[in-house]
Amino acid sequence: MTAFKRIDKQSHIDRTKLISFQFDGKMTNGFAGDTLASALLANGKTLLGRSFKYHRPRGIIGAGIEEPNALFTTGIGGRTEPNTISTTAELKSGITAKSQNAWPSLNFDLMAVNQLLSPLFGAGFYYKTFMGPFKKSWMMYEPIIRKAAGLGAALPDLDTARYDMRYMFCDVLVIGSGPAGLAAAVTAARTGARVVLAEQDFEFGGSILSSGSEELERWRKTQIAELEKSSEVRLLKRTTAQGIYDDNLVVLNHTPESHSALMITEQLRARTIIMATGAIERPLVFANNDRPGVMLASALRTYLNRFSVAPKKRAVIVTNNDSAYATAFDLAEHDVAVTVAEHRSALSGDLLAKAAQLGIAIFPSCGISDVVGEKQMRAVRLSGRHAVTIECDVLGMSGGWSPAVHLTSHGGIKPKFDEKIAAFIPGGFAKSHFGAGAVKGTFGLLAAIREGEVAARAALPECKKIKELDLPAIREDRKYSIQPIWNAAEKANEKYAFVDFQNDVTVKDIRGAHQEGYLSVEHLKRYTTLGMGTDQGKTSNINALAMMADLRGLAMSQAGTTTFRPPYSPITVGAIAGRTVAAHFRPKRLSPLHDWHVNNGATFIEAGLWMRAWYYNWAGNTPEAAYIKEMELVRQNVGIADVSTLGKIDVQGPDAAEFLNRVYVNGFAKLPVGRARYGVMLNDDGVVLDDGTTSRINDTQFYMTTTTAQAGEVMSWLEYLLQMHWTDLDVHVTSLTDQWGGMAVSGPNSRRALQLAFPEIDITNEALPYLGVMDFKFEGVGVRVLRLSFSGELAYEVHCSADYTTALWEHILNAAAPLGIKPYGLEALASLRIEKGHVAGADLDHRNTLDDLGLGKMAGKDKAYIGKELRFREDCQAPERWSLVGIECMEDGAKLRGGAILFAATDEIKGHGRGYITSVTWSTELNKYIALALYNGGMKHEGKEIICAFPLKNENVKARIVSPHFIDKQGERLHA
Amino acid sequence: MRVPCPHCGERDVAEFRYGGDASKMRPTHDTGDLKQWHDYKFVFDNPKGPHLEYWQHVYGCRQWFKLNRNTATNEIIGGEK
Repeated sequence: MTAFKRIDKQSHIDRTKLISFQFDGKMTNGFAGDTLASALLANGKTLLGRSFKYHRPRGIIGAGIEEPNALFTTGIGGRTEPNTISTTAELKSGITAKSQNAWPSLNFDLMAVNQLLSPLFGAGFYYKTFMGPFKKSWMMYEPIIRKAAGLGAALPDLDTARYDMRYMFCDVLVIGSGPAGLAAAVTAARTGARVVLAEQDFEFGGSILSSGSEELERWRKTQIAELEKSSEVRLLKRTTAQGIYDDNLVVLNHTPESHSALMITEQLRARTIIMATGAIERPLVFANNDRPGVMLASALRTYLNRFSVAPKKRAVIVTNNDSAYATAFDLAEHDVAVTVAEHRSALSGDLLAKAAQLGIAIFPSCGISDVVGEKQMRAVRLSGRHAVTIECDVLGMSGGWSPAVHLTSHGGIKPKFDEKIAAFIPGGFAKSHFGAGAVKGTFGLLAAIREGEVAARAALPECKKIKELDLPAIREDRKYSIQPIWNAAEKANEKYAFVDFQNDVTVKDIRGAHQEGYLSVEHLKRYTTLGMGTDQGKTSNINALAMMADLRGLAMSQAGTTTFRPPYSPITVGAIAGRTVAAHFRPKRLSPLHDWHVNNGATFIEAGLWMRAWYYNWAGNTPEAAYIKEMELVRQNVGIADVSTLGKIDVQGPDAAEFLNRVYVNGFAKLPVGRARYGVMLNDDGVVLDDGTTSRINDTQFYMTTTTAQAGEVMSWLEYLLQMHWTDLDVHVTSLTDQWGGMAVSGPNSRRALQLAFPEIDITNEALPYLGVMDFKFEGVGVRVLRLSFSGELAYEVHCSADYTTALWEHILNAAAPLGIKPYGLEALASLRIEKGHVAGADLDHRNTLDDLGLGKMAGKDKAYIGKELRFREDCQAPERWSLVGIECMEDGAKLRGGAILFAATDEIKGHGRGYITSVTWSTELNKYIALALYNGGMKHEGKEIICAFPLKNENVKARIVSPHFIDKQGERLHA
Repeated sequence: MRVPCPHCGERDVAEFRYGGDASKMRPTHDTGDLKQWHDYKFVFDNPKGPHLEYWQHVYGCRQWFKLNRNTATNEIIGGEK
């Protein structure tokens, strides 16, 4: 039962290059130049898939990107890809293709029982049927339904293929290389402009490839040869223009012929764009129009002329327009017996004459009543006056042509209906966009070439000097004529008359949508799933919209189309991601001490973009064990921690003090040289932006530190103020975050440690008191020591150039080794500051006011500062705000958890509670879990018992609200 | 979208950050006028069409500048330093 054969005819396949491939486990052969589809047809394979919902046997319908049915899971080696469009897939040796949605096999599909149930499976069926009996029924049914319906499955494993991304520019992008596109590209290229010609096929030429005309082939080759010689032209085959975005950004998906990447996604900025995207033929809608062997008329012509694949003996063509006669004539000229079922009652004389000459019988005023045969059609029954049955191998149908207006609509321009060709054409073109050929509804070869040239001349004024293009020596175009027939199905057969082949939407479904009130095209689409498959309704949308318009008694122009959105055709997700996967998903910032940490037993944790040392294995092999030992080290002796990730900003200029005085809520104007001060800054809206310590190096220079998280934001904010508003201030800010490294040396023995490290420097309490700053040279390197404490212990920060940070770190470790100094990580660092009650990233939620954090007293009463006015607005002063409190656990053996929801002891444990825990740690000093939290009303509730609820673990732990300063409330340690 | 940096020239939008409405005058630093700051910070027009806004070339020269952008089409109508 083979309907097709390979014939002895010159075409675009290369018979000297045999290509072997596998289809459903069987080795098969084709030639170079074949698509997967043409090779399968040449081998007599017509049953190629099962349909989405009813598991009906399906074959190939088209010969291009519009194909709804013949999708396979293909692969080379271990990697597979679902839903490969066989009609565009270039045949490659070693490729394996598997049919989809059939179980256990294509020929015997158990799920085909769905066909018998089809009365049940109309549009909206799932949603109506699977709603009960209980509330979550749909969730139970859904996985089963999804398994029964569907296309190919995605890869279960990580996609190991490489995808690349590139960014390019050009003067003219021509999309499509049919007659219009080639003409446009050649004209533009002659000016020397940078031209890109993007063609989705693996061969340039578009419809010319299917024409079988030697003269057109000669013309095509001449144009390509000229383009290949132009040094500024990039010729991109296997390249689909997926979308057009702002400023003429066009996303191209390019499958390179030989490259280590499977696909390259190109973001191309085109000065001008010429769309020569052609048109897509529409099927006719009649009973059993989905049987294998029923194809688009133009596809039959393509298989004949481009791939030398012809129907075995007899073809029937059914049409409502002139274009299908090109197929009828070409088939007849290659010894295929052709009969035409013509919906129109009259036909122009030249077509009749030529048909007569080729022995083609034409039945006027009739269509197809039914198609006979299931896995392969065997005959058609004509409708109307000539209700005869004709045995045939194939049926070619043509319902007219739909211009591929998709890209023209991506900028929001709606297509408009052109009655003359019964199709939607572009509603217009954006500035610097042009169209040529069939996409504009110009269905003629010479006309397309002429329009291509005109478009190039309009896009590039430089074309004025260019000589006119040579036209191919072919007969002048015929006038195109069509009589639209949107629904050719007999009423009783509407449930077998398919509109959307990929999603199994029939005429009956569209009628159903209309009856149930889903009238607008967007509702129709969502109710029936029409056009929602991987083909995005390229063959089905317009027929369906027209049927709905008809049911509603609207003109097509009133009904409109659904919105065309990128991508034009399905893209592998990997191609969108490009190289930004795994380690390259986002940049990784490393401290200058990173290698030291790696070599000395650190475990890392991501903090924003930074990789930070979390804990060290000297203290334990789990964070829970290690951080407690590291805390004890700092509380009892001395530890050293990497604080290089802190934001560091050099603020210089005669007005630097005034600038900082405005930015911080507390005063900086009178900060003495050699002193540091803790400062808080607000946003304009009075909410806390960041905190940090800023020290005065000399009269006109300050050294600001910010939190790690807000470093970029603060820098940008300072630049904004200086560049856009306070241009009268003579200040310059420079980020030193990456240029400088820093370490905290903390603990009661920290002074002794530094004395051992810098024996020649006087760092006694008198020389360097709490909040003192000192610059000195050590072995020729500038070192800055700031006496600050995050941990609450006697502590110092030592900063220097990033180039020397590791050397300095190692020097301090070596010099203070007799004391037992060791490194501590981020977990201990953060736990120590919780005990001390210092707020940090987790507590600062960008909603806190100064008062919420208990810092209201810091703000200068008599000075202006950013955020002062709005800080005092009513809601910022409300008494019941979520404010900072300390919490201590009251249950032995119980744990407080970050994110726990807080309730008063008498509350029902329900809802959002009165606050939540922002930071939590085990306190080595108090021997219990402690936490910082934001709580409604804050410290007004000091001493009260609360419940810390953690529903994820079903925990409700008793705790008490206490001061957030758990240790050393008088600050004696800091000043020691 | 391409953004014209007054210092570096036209670059891809990914190099920039948006910095808000630039059509309003920032109140003087020490006005102490709550209403004035409230209106500046919280009351905005949301025009469809030309809109004067702040942008910063964060991944370039770090220059802040004003840009007149059409919010409907992303067309850049003009820039000023």
